[in-house]
Amino acid sequence: MYAIETKGLTKVFGQHRAVDGVDLAIPAGGVYSVLGPNGAGKTTTIRMLATLLPVDGGQATVLGHDVARESGKVRERISLTGQYASLDEDLTGVENLVLIARLLGHSRSSAQRRATQLLGAFGLSEAGGRQVKTYSGGMRRRIDIATSIVNTPDLLFLDEPTTGLDPRSRNQVWDIVRALVSAGTTVLLTTQYLEEADQLADRIAVIDKGKVIAEGTPTELKTSVGSGVLQVRLRDPERRGAAAQLLGAALGAHVQLDTDPAALSVQVEDNDVVPRALAELTYSGISIADFALGQPSLDEVFLSLTGNASQPAA
Amino acid sequence: MTTATMTAERTPAKLVSPAKLVKDSFAMAWRGVLKIRKNPEQLSDVTLMPILFLVMFGYIFGGAVQGSTEEYLQVFVPGLVVMITIMASMSAGISLNTDVSKGVFDRFRAMPIARSAPLVGAVVADFVRYVVGIGVLLGFAAILGFRITTDPLSTLAAVAIAIAFGLAFCWIAMFIGILVKSPGALAGIMMAIVMPFTFGSNVFVPTETMPDWLAAWSEISPVSLLADVMRGLLVDGGDITGPLLGSLAWMGALLAVFFPLTIRTYLRRLG
Repeated sequence: MYAIETKGLTKVFGQHRAVDGVDLAIPAGGVYSVLGPNGAGKTTTIRMLATLLPVDGGQATVLGHDVARESGKVRERISLTGQYASLDEDLTGVENLVLIARLLGHSRSSAQRRATQLLGAFGLSEAGGRQVKTYSGGMRRRIDIATSIVNTPDLLFLDEPTTGLDPRSRNQVWDIVRALVSAGTTVLLTTQYLEEADQLADRIAVIDKGKVIAEGTPTELKTSVGSGVLQVRLRDPERRGAAAQLLGAALGAHVQLDTDPAALSVQVEDNDVVPRALAELTYSGISIADFALGQPSLDEVFLSLTGNASQPAA
Repeated sequence: MTTATMTAERTPAKLVSPAKLVKDSFAMAWRGVLKIRKNPEQLSDVTLMPILFLVMFGYIFGGAVQGSTEEYLQVFVPGLVVMITIMASMSAGISLNTDVSKGVFDRFRAMPIARSAPLVGAVVADFVRYVVGIGVLLGFAAILGFRITTDPLSTLAAVAIAIAFGLAFCWIAMFIGILVKSPGALAGIMMAIVMPFTFGSNVFVPTETMPDWLAAWSEISPVSLLADVMRGLLVDGGDITGPLLGSLAWMGALLAVFFPLTIRTYLRRLG
């Protein structure tokens, strides 16, 4: 059974189709990542699945329950950590946890015990007695996630859990996610960082303008855009146009002009033709400062999927 | 981090029942009271306002309206109890507005709790504010020469009725608090509501000198009715049946209209 299954999931704000017919089949267990740029519809999708937003079209089943008709049953088994820490900043870390535990039916002593336990597990024991408004961004994120697992959910939604965090805090959050998954929770995580999806996710859905434009394992997504990427930097930026034409013809692929005015990159189907293409540049008197041929990063996958229309989705 | 921490806990799932609403509301009210304890300056409106109003109006209007400040206080203070209650009830809307715009409620809404509990709890926590406001008012008024001439039981009844009215009236503020985008906009709208209610009443001056239309409003205004109840219970011990029934009708009507309206808007607007 799937943890989450959606068919034609749609949300319309006025004229804007924020989520436009999203089909997802998310297996139970592991991390599933929804990847997309700002405004792609990630948060809206998550909010519908977490019963915070009514569904405008299509349907969604979470842990076997329809989100529209059985929202109460869904809420009993999910937890959500929103994009902006949904904590009471005036209260201390302990008080936030105790409040949530009390609302979930814990007795006073059991709530205290659970709060202490979670603070310890998240490395916040010392900060527990301080108001959350004095916390750093990383600490806030951790207490926010701790709050979400007061009752361990079967399914945890994490909406951009590491946006704005420094690398160390980001790694801590990743460790927490891995620990949760190994304990059996399914995690649905949105992110704009490909590295994050690559590191954590078992499967990824790339979403742009409210539509799923690609879906698969990180490896599948990478191979779907070609066997590798050739990056070339020229000595003379003036010649970039000519170089793009030559490379495009030689490799039979679309050439991407990078932000560096002397650089271009091309997705390559067959690595064997690369030396010849580079030689052609040299014959034409275009001199190369440096070049590299590598497996595509998810960044390149992402750009090729969302960035230009001439490269249809895989 | 141990796996045990991640799996250890799970309280049994419960259906959302009226008992659950009460329980969840009290948990939320606990939050509200904690917030007041952490930021005692939140109480400035219910501590400074009564003193300011007593001094300002007691001495400015006192001589003109009743001949002397002492005599005026006996008429004015019971009405001021109502006015302070109304002003105290406005802050519920402001804190709700802040919660909504900061996204604090998102978590609560995705939890299996009674859906109106965050709102009901916030209102219940405001109980503290009314008690403080009325306490400061009656205490400081006593220093200025105001005397309660009835018995303690009547005084207690007066305070209870005033608080009950605050708990009903505050749903107007809660409703607007959910509708508007910023606390700034809220303050303006609140003033526009509070002013006609409080000044268009018999709290400050008798209604006889008002133009007919204003006097007509003032007669049926909940503030006037409640002020009469307060005067009866605190000062003259007279019959208050009429104004009391009127006041209760107002409370019922306010609750019947604005409570469901607020809850519905809350669930929708956030949605």
